[in-house]
Amino acid sequence: MIRASRAARRFGDKRALEPVDFELERGGFLVVTGPNGSGKTTLLRLCAGLLVPTSGELEVDAFRGQVGYLAHEPLVYRELTALENLDLYGRLYRVPERRERIGMLLERFGLWEARHERAGSYSRGMLQRLALCRTLLHEPELLILDEPANALDAEGEALLERELDELRRERTLLVASHAPERLDGFATGRLALA
Amino acid sequence: MRRYLADSAALARKDLLLELRARDTLPAMLLFVISVLVVFHFALPRSASERASLGLLWVAILFTALLGLGRSFVAEREQGVLDALVLAPSDRSAIWVGKVVSTLAFLVVAELVALPAFALFFTSIDGATVAGVALADVGICAVGTILAAMAAAGRARELLLPLLFLPLAIPIVVGGVGASLAASSGKYLGFLALYDAIFALVAWAAFEYVVTE
Repeated sequence: MIRASRAARRFGDKRALEPVDFELERGGFLVVTGPNGSGKTTLLRLCAGLLVPTSGELEVDAFRGQVGYLAHEPLVYRELTALENLDLYGRLYRVPERRERIGMLLERFGLWEARHERAGSYSRGMLQRLALCRTLLHEPELLILDEPANALDAEGEALLERELDELRRERTLLVASHAPERLDGFATGRLALA
Repeated sequence: MRRYLADSAALARKDLLLELRARDTLPAMLLFVISVLVVFHFALPRSASERASLGLLWVAILFTALLGLGRSFVAEREQGVLDALVLAPSDRSAIWVGKVVSTLAFLVVAELVALPAFALFFTSIDGATVAGVALADVGICAVGTILAAMAAAGRARELLLPLLFLPLAIPIVVGGVGASLAASSGKYLGFLALYDAIFALVAWAAFEYVVTE
């Protein structure tokens, strides 16, 4: 589903991602590791289609609407409620039976009670849960997750692990993580960036 | 086409809702335009011509619009939301349409206050001036929105937007003042309509390249 051949990215003089080679098959689960500044986020943004490589080749066999991207930021409007945010994305991503799907995700991620509260009033962990709801809303074929456990409490992490365990059966996952050992049970491969 | 319009409407509705909640654009635009007109009222001599006062009206409108345009991508920039919008399967130009509609709404509300205030402080306003302002609003928002998106991606965005926008707004001022003063305002209104059509088309077509690499 993703094939990178010497794919690299520079921002001006700064090299954000050293040339990287890897292949992620459909249904695979690749964990990207590496120290801060090694280019994990840049690689994920490249695979999501938000950036293009400055050298090398990168092929992603997925349309725009088939990609679910979880970034460092939750990518939600702070002045809108969780329900309003998901409704907006549901419309733009043409989610069938939108309301039911939103309700189910909010329930599953423990945000149903807070659905009418503005995202700006959420804690960092709740925002991460909302971001996960946004990412999964349109049931993407390719999931690109940047530090998905970021800011989650123990209960949230357990919930995330259950989700990943379920998702890996039918989706393709590319996940950047500082704690890859937690994902060893799910991952089909690991890519270490220097 | 229906989907495109639905996407644009959803995005415009979101911007209006954000403004309703945050109230950080429209009140600033209203306060600014009234303050400018009050200052001009005292700065302009009583013997000043109608041309001079109408020129000041257009200065007030342009800078009020600039204030709104400068804030049009603040939520997307500060919260990084543009990434999620760009990744959606909808046509990316729908983001531009949504922003144009919401910015236009803010500008029209500001003018609903500014035009009566101008008539009170300076001189009466005729139908040709109102038509000129309405046509100019479309051009201002069409051009300004794409420039605001470009400026939002840069570092010196507060400086960049006026530098890019004001030269492109000169034809709008020429057409607007001409429509207000000329005996036959039709050709100036036609000029403004032509400007709107050309620049809106270019901005609509180019928007995708502004928000993606």
